[in-house]
Amino acid sequence: MSYVVRRLGFFVVTLWSCLTINFVLPRLMPGNPAIAMMARFRGRVNGQVLHALEIAFGVNTKQSEISQYFGYLGDTLTGHFGVSLTFFPDTVLQVVRSAILWTLVLVGVTTIIGFVLGTLIGMISGWRRGSKLDSILPPVFVVTSAFPYFFVALLLLLAFSITLGWTPLGFGYSNTDTIGWTWHFIGDVLDHAILPACTILITSIGGWILTMRNNMITTLAEDYVRMARAKGLSPARIMMDYAGRNAILPNLTGFAMSLGFVVSGAILVEYVFSYPGLGYMLLEAVQNEDFALMQTLFLLITVAVLVAVLVVDFVTLVLDPRTRSER
Amino acid sequence: MATVTVGPPPARVAELVARLKSGTAGNLGRALLGNRKAMAGSVLLAFFAFCALFPRVLAADNPNAEIYARGAAPSAAHLLGTTSYGQDVFAQLIWGTRQSLVIALVVGGLATVLSVAIGVTAAYLGGIADDLLSLFTDVFLVIPAFPLIVVIAAYSKNGGDTILIAVLVATGWSYGARQLRSQALSLRSRDFLVAAKLRGERRWRIIVFEILPTMTSLIVANFLGAALYAVLAAAGLQFIGLGNPSSMSWGTMLYWAENNEALQAGMPLWAIMPGIAIAMLGGAFSLLNFAFDEIGNPALRPVRRARVRRDP
Repeated sequence: MSYVVRRLGFFVVTLWSCLTINFVLPRLMPGNPAIAMMARFRGRVNGQVLHALEIAFGVNTKQSEISQYFGYLGDTLTGHFGVSLTFFPDTVLQVVRSAILWTLVLVGVTTIIGFVLGTLIGMISGWRRGSKLDSILPPVFVVTSAFPYFFVALLLLLAFSITLGWTPLGFGYSNTDTIGWTWHFIGDVLDHAILPACTILITSIGGWILTMRNNMITTLAEDYVRMARAKGLSPARIMMDYAGRNAILPNLTGFAMSLGFVVSGAILVEYVFSYPGLGYMLLEAVQNEDFALMQTLFLLITVAVLVAVLVVDFVTLVLDPRTRSER
Repeated sequence: MATVTVGPPPARVAELVARLKSGTAGNLGRALLGNRKAMAGSVLLAFFAFCALFPRVLAADNPNAEIYARGAAPSAAHLLGTTSYGQDVFAQLIWGTRQSLVIALVVGGLATVLSVAIGVTAAYLGGIADDLLSLFTDVFLVIPAFPLIVVIAAYSKNGGDTILIAVLVATGWSYGARQLRSQALSLRSRDFLVAAKLRGERRWRIIVFEILPTMTSLIVANFLGAALYAVLAAAGLQFIGLGNPSSMSWGTMLYWAENNEALQAGMPLWAIMPGIAIAMLGGAFSLLNFAFDEIGNPALRPVRRARVRRDP
């Protein structure tokens, strides 16, 4: 029980740290870059909105840094992220809400598939070390995982969209479509998602395979595995329950972080395919120097990772008895 | 008949080589020689190191000079054609090696030192020290690296390479630290550590001489992983135009190629070659991982023999 409380405590503290980093960063940079942003938008947005932004970024305000800080914390925790200057008069919250589902569906599902598949392949190739599967699949996927995301995306785009014309050039759905839960629209969305999904799968699966395989090999040398063999247990049982269950622990740790990359690592993929998700929006915000939107997207990505880490902590609690006794 | 001259027959030379390879000092060499993937990785890395150190030997052209025909196809004079600014693509590719490689090695090294120092220490000390260090690691872990780099780059337009390296190290060490901590945690109650404690060894000595050697493979894997991460993150940042656009690197090449629509405009090599170079450098780091699970972890070898005996 105290383990659970501690993990929740960590959650709160880390969330606070991230909020603080978000607050400090623009103020830390030489010649607060927010000033330039304000100057560009003066006159184009109304005074009240501008004033709120000035407080958020510490420009032209008589408030002390401390009261700015608490003002910022309060606003953010209550969901007042401010106004997006790029998509004015939409608030940041409205803008983000339109993008989040795209990213969750595309990158979330793809990453989970990649993790499950990669862990399985890694486990089997670690178990059958030196087999045909072990000498072909891991090296191939390890090499593909070294490919830059955007480069794989560009190649797939060149091959399947530009040259062969099998898949659409980009975006999440066809402009001619109406959005809704019709089979036609869902098919169209899948059509647009296949290349980005393949890109993420190709580049992410190697990492899972390699770490799982290495863990598996280390675990297989353990006495309890030898013991299981001596007892004459079935190979499948030894692989899954004895070796696999222990070897998966470091991989799970990695997965927590990778779910954060669910939102973030796909930024470049979304950029290449103009996929209307959070990553694409983040780069859009950066290019337009829309710092309020940028900060919120950064925070959102961070919170996603935090939640993922928390979930994995609880899974580890179930899988690894040592975390229960030694803490 | 002619007398047979006495000399070392070829068979004896082979035996000598074999003996050299099997010696304890030859462990590294044997693992590298015996593992084709590791061999490929080392050769690739050596090649890139050569390009980075002596670019002039391979490409005499000035990579920045805009003096050639624009958008020319590959020819004897320009092996990979020219850019739409009239620069030699091959020269750019060779001269761009240095920056990518330096960033990879520096970031990989610094990040690994940080991961080991923080991860292993946390696991070994336990208690409040572990809590604080883990919290510190978690904070850096949950800050997703690439968005943070993007955000910092957005705030500090044209920050320069030092900022780039600092940010990549700051964002790149936490993953390794957590992995190393997990493994060190599982080692903590092992007999050989209990024995070392009972012998009255000092803590830092136990960490450095008892724990670290058993974790070599994971540490090396972390170095290679951090280096790979640095290559990809730096290239990605340059690709979206947040790097220094006048620097000589593969990511910057891709940025200019993408800006000039090189793929559609009949200069595909301008965009494809730097991408392949990045992938090959990254691939070299990945492939080397294979060697180190054999060198660093003695526990792997008995398992292998046991398997051979069981299924002939």
